[in-house]
Amino acid sequence: MNEADPGQVPLLSVRDLRVNFGAHAAITDVGFDLGAGETLGLVGESGSGKSTLARAILRLIRTSHGGVLWRGRDLLLCDATELRRRRRDLQIVFQDPLASLNPRMTVGESVAEPLRIFAPELDARARGRRVAHMLQRVGLADDMHERYPHEFSGGQCQRIGIARAMILSPQLLICDEPVSSLDVSVQGQIVNLLLDLQRDAGTAMLFISHNLAVVRHLSHRILVMYAGRIVEIASRDALFAAPLHPYTRALLAAVPSAIPAPGAVRAPAALVEGTSSRPLAAGCAFRDRCPHALPVCAASVPPLEQVAVGHRVACHRSHELLPLELRSPQP
Amino acid sequence: MIPPALSIDGLSVAFRQRHADIPAVREVSLAVEAGECVGIVGESGSGKTQVFMAAMGLLAGNSSVSGRVRFEGEDILGVPSAQLNRVRGSKLTMIFQDPMTSMTPHLKIGTQLAEVLVRHAGKSWSEARAAARRMLERVRIPEPARRLSQYPHELSGGLRQRVMIGMSLLCQPKLLIADEPTTALDVTVQAQIIDLLRAMREEVGMALVLISHDLAVVGELADRILVMYAGRIVESAGAAQLYHQPLHPYTAALLKCIPSLSGPRLERLPTLAGQPPRPGDSTEGCAFAPRCPRAAERCRIERPLLQDAVGGAKVACHNPLPQ
Repeated sequence: MNEADPGQVPLLSVRDLRVNFGAHAAITDVGFDLGAGETLGLVGESGSGKSTLARAILRLIRTSHGGVLWRGRDLLLCDATELRRRRRDLQIVFQDPLASLNPRMTVGESVAEPLRIFAPELDARARGRRVAHMLQRVGLADDMHERYPHEFSGGQCQRIGIARAMILSPQLLICDEPVSSLDVSVQGQIVNLLLDLQRDAGTAMLFISHNLAVVRHLSHRILVMYAGRIVEIASRDALFAAPLHPYTRALLAAVPSAIPAPGAVRAPAALVEGTSSRPLAAGCAFRDRCPHALPVCAASVPPLEQVAVGHRVACHRSHELLPLELRSPQP
Repeated sequence: MIPPALSIDGLSVAFRQRHADIPAVREVSLAVEAGECVGIVGESGSGKTQVFMAAMGLLAGNSSVSGRVRFEGEDILGVPSAQLNRVRGSKLTMIFQDPMTSMTPHLKIGTQLAEVLVRHAGKSWSEARAAARRMLERVRIPEPARRLSQYPHELSGGLRQRVMIGMSLLCQPKLLIADEPTTALDVTVQAQIIDLLRAMREEVGMALVLISHDLAVVGELADRILVMYAGRIVESAGAAQLYHQPLHPYTAALLKCIPSLSGPRLERLPTLAGQPPRPGDSTEGCAFAPRCPRAAERCRIERPLLQDAVGGAKVACHNPLPQ
């Protein structure tokens, strides 16, 4: 799916978003659109602002500047009543499945809670039927609704969190590292469950993960963040075929291959030194880890510019790094 | 003949909970040769960490351990801690997933590093501090002098793990046990730490045990890989053979579950049905049988033993994959 069909209001449009924690800018100038039913993968290292962005979109934290347009209406300007009403359509699944469930509520109560709040017209019986159906949908047995979260494994708790988030068939589901704390053998089950539910309900997804391989299999488009800014956004195929930002390239090169060739040694390019993804005083935040940095990179922050259809990059050297066949003809 | 760096025979570990013993490790035997890198792979609850916590004498008081563990030929299981401490922390070292909780939060990095040499090598504090500084350089920490006077919370996760690796190498260990050393780190930092472990292994000539749930990470370093499931070793093979010709259906399923960065994009991710067993679940037959696509009647009744297979590999399966 391409970005922002002209003439059509996107489901979600994030504009120039900035979140400050004290004097520290956690995210800066973040803007993108998300269409109905679309899956946008969001990758970046810890501290790059991924979760802050998710929380800012849902207004779980205070934003300093910018807008979060939901079907054209700015969520940041809504009063409490309207915000509450609109949140029915925006749900989130967190990384730590056990910590995001109330330990003193049974699983059935947790999954029923969104219905109690947003569908008060349902009586207890109708609610119970919906909950039983949803629990079955996420692969939990009928007799489990009276049990407490601690009785379940991590994968099962994540299924419960997903059931709670999806019971209202939201139009947007934000998944913040939903499979990161799960075993490899369970990860696939949870991702497939999300894909099935998404297809049935037509839900759009913002899928946050540090696992590029997982993101690749389920995203239509991918957004890469570094030090609180978007450094690259492109369709999945474009990003994996021709990653342009040096950070995206480093990220891809650093992933251990699933089945390593015997004695394989990683190309030195993968070993970007340094660890900090904190913004530097001026210029591009990646420049002191970047093999392509020039003096200009210290002078100014590179703007996020379109280099090909639907492919935007924030790098002073993006045009030189672009493969020849993708370059637009010079006038 | 040089004895193995570490040899474990018939090790079992159980934890006492509410008057019942929950088994975590069941009759595990393995050897790590001098200079060798062995990867230990398994899901949470498979017992992979408990094997080595038991070997290091680090288990909690509610544990019961049986079996035999030798380090360079000498028994270290059940010996008094004064005797164990002659090798533990110096010749036999261990690092963990979360370097923050492995350090003392109120002591400076330099003090924590130097203390190892003062205690184990009888060095003076000033000698030890100088050696600590050299070690920070060796594990490629920028501005080592400044780092020595910092506290653990002032360092990033990747730097803290570098400090831990440096600390573990101070006394020229013969064996380093690294338990999920990169799991808490970003992928670019993970690549740096793997590279550092590889370089340090060559420099120090030590054996390395790399414990991880991530087969891809283990494959970056290990010569040989052991796969654990429900407290037992189910397969042991050279790294290349294990990746390209797995014998145990569990190993094959695990490999298939790793989403790939190349190849066709999938509509659905490959999965392994069911849940890993919880410690204490019934143990009749093969523990993997309920999730196994190749399970036969026999698998549910009779537990398969770890037996020799092709190419020096070992597998515990009645119906292993054909080669």
